[in-house]
Amino acid sequence: MSVLVVVEHDRGTIAPATLEACVAARALGEPVHALTIGVAADGLVDVLAEHGVSLVVRAHHDLLADYGPEAWGETVAHEVRRSSPSAVVATGTDRGNEVMAQAAARLDLPFVANCTEITPGEPWSIQRVRWGGSLLERCTLTAPVKLVTVAHHTHEASPAPASVTTETISPELDASLARTVVAERVERAAGVTLATAPLVVGGGRGVGSADGFGPLEELAAELGGVVGCSRAVTNNGWRNHTDQVGQTGTRIAPDLYIACGISGAIQHWVGAMASKKILAINTDAEANMVTKADYAVIGDLHQVVPAITAEIRRRRTG
Amino acid sequence: MRVLVCVKRVPAPGAKINITADGQAVDTAYLAFTTSPHEECAVEAAVQLVEAHGGESTVLTLGPAAAEEQLRYAASVGVTGCVLLPIDVADWDPQRTAAALTEAIRTIEATDGTFDLVLFGNESADSGNFQIGVRVAHALGRPMVNGVKGIEIDGDSVRARREAEAGVEVYVLPMPAVLGVKEGINLPRYPTMKGRLNAKKVAVRQLTASGEPGGQQMVTLLQAAEQVSETVILGRGADAASAVVDLMEELGLSK
Ligand SMILES: Cc1cc2nc3c(=O)[nH]c(=O)nc-3n(C[C@H](O)[C@H](O)[C@H](O)COP(=O)(O)OP(=O)(O)OC[C@H]3O[C@@H](n4cnc5c(N)ncnc54)[C@H](O)[C@@H]3O)c2cc1C
Ligand SMILES: Nc1ncnc2c1ncn2[C@@H]1O[C@H](COP(=O)(O)O)[C@@H](O)[C@H]1O
Repeated sequence: MSVLVVVEHDRGTIAPATLEACVAARALGEPVHALTIGVAADGLVDVLAEHGVSLVVRAHHDLLADYGPEAWGETVAHEVRRSSPSAVVATGTDRGNEVMAQAAARLDLPFVANCTEITPGEPWSIQRVRWGGSLLERCTLTAPVKLVTVAHHTHEASPAPASVTTETISPELDASLARTVVAERVERAAGVTLATAPLVVGGGRGVGSADGFGPLEELAAELGGVVGCSRAVTNNGWRNHTDQVGQTGTRIAPDLYIACGISGAIQHWVGAMASKKILAINTDAEANMVTKADYAVIGDLHQVVPAITAEIRRRRTG
Repeated sequence: MRVLVCVKRVPAPGAKINITADGQAVDTAYLAFTTSPHEECAVEAAVQLVEAHGGESTVLTLGPAAAEEQLRYAASVGVTGCVLLPIDVADWDPQRTAAALTEAIRTIEATDGTFDLVLFGNESADSGNFQIGVRVAHALGRPMVNGVKGIEIDGDSVRARREAEAGVEVYVLPMPAVLGVKEGINLPRYPTMKGRLNAKKVAVRQLTASGEPGGQQMVTLLQAAEQVSETVILGRGADAASAVVDLMEELGLSK
């Protein structure tokens, strides 16, 4: 029986997490099939073949021109009923989890989100992410078709070229599902984002005020980085939630994260732990952020941060 | 308008999450309890919607009897009705939880009228199943969008905004509708003294939780592998700046 990968894409641009899902799917059985949703994704056949997919099922329908959780979920459910795969694997992203939850509800099947390790058997034994990654859970999954998403960054994408065929289907979608298709968009201006920046300067309660972030902005600008913050900061209204790093904010993975006046609560740490190096600046040498960081400066951030910026400028002009 | 919010009682851990000896739960001996920040924002959104459009808001939870604390907290910031579905374990699996919440919503709506909006958090803080709101919405035959960071009522529809990689997506859902709310949609207010007093007096309606166990069953909790690093102290105060910039140059960040 086949294993089906649900391809996440945005109007034809594939989400990198899809290729991680392909790796997980290959370990679960053969053959690996993939479902692309919407005409815009027709061009993804080659990249899927490179990652071990032997059949790409292309779902076409007027309601699939843009993303819609219900229309996408119903399309996955339709394909599961039609081809009876042993398992369906999708991305552990906002969209991937949303689409699988919709499919699971429609199929009346269990769905295990954000798996890190999957061991088939009767039942399946699964390890999955809890608390945004600070805790794991081992669970069992018993179902005629196993629905799972793969936690982002737990499987490294790797090619496994396969010869591929394609098939086009037209799922029956009720016109009412248009109610959750994207109605309007405001495109984001290009530029570094918190999630992709090579350097993040983070500020916590220790920064003290919205104005206190000025020197952090200057340091970040000096190095082409961006400013992030803790929840204490967003809760105080000092910065917008789009800057928040952590379990309920953004996961960052810069080359260097400079955490200023942040204590390092577990919910903040899970958002920062993928950073290659962490430098903590804190008055408290015992703060969790300091003991977990690679490097630390013990001191008042209001003195340390401007001094770093000044030193960078001095070396550049000197 | 009538708005319902579903919240879940979870422990509020500090620097580390400890597990009980039998691996079945988070060790809460020294912990306070809370809900997910997403759910706190959903509660605030409900209160703001009723302030702007009139009507009433209700909060619903399935959990141990102590989850009354989270219901009363919601009441202290302005929610008017509280409903508890008591269970005698810490948690039910996602299918069973969704079935119980759906049944409870049907029961409440049968006597009090349909909720124009049912709000969930984007995901629960502890188990993060990313599905309970979607399952409830489907069972009720209502549209659902998760990850919402903006809600506007427009006649019989609700405009929901969410942030995605490529920018902001806007959805227009006919009501009754279901939304999963993300932190950042608003800044939750703190309870006032009057709010706290009201919350003590508010009646908590109890309904029986019903639902069959689903296909996902927890076996045990595990610690994530801890990253151990020996912290290199680069210095104290402003004098450390030179060592910091040396490090940046080494990492190829400052040239
Ligand atoms: C379910 C849940 C989800 C959560 N999600 C998130 C999340 O996504 N992101 C997040 O950040 N938090 C999150 N939290 C909150 C988290 O638990 C902490 O409350 C929060 O991270 C604390 O922020 P902080 O470190 O800035 O503040 P504090 O814990 O108050 O720490 C302030 C630090 O600043 C230091 N300091 C003070 N003054 C100075 C100075 N002048 N110079 C240098 N150092 C100084 C202090 O020594 C201290 O270490 C979540 C909580 C829960 C329950
Ligand atoms: N036991 C519960 N009682 C009430 N609402 C819940 C419960 N569990 C989850 N929810 C709601 O469903 C959302 C999604 O949960 P989950 O599917 O576990 O990520 C949460 O943010 C809550 O709003």
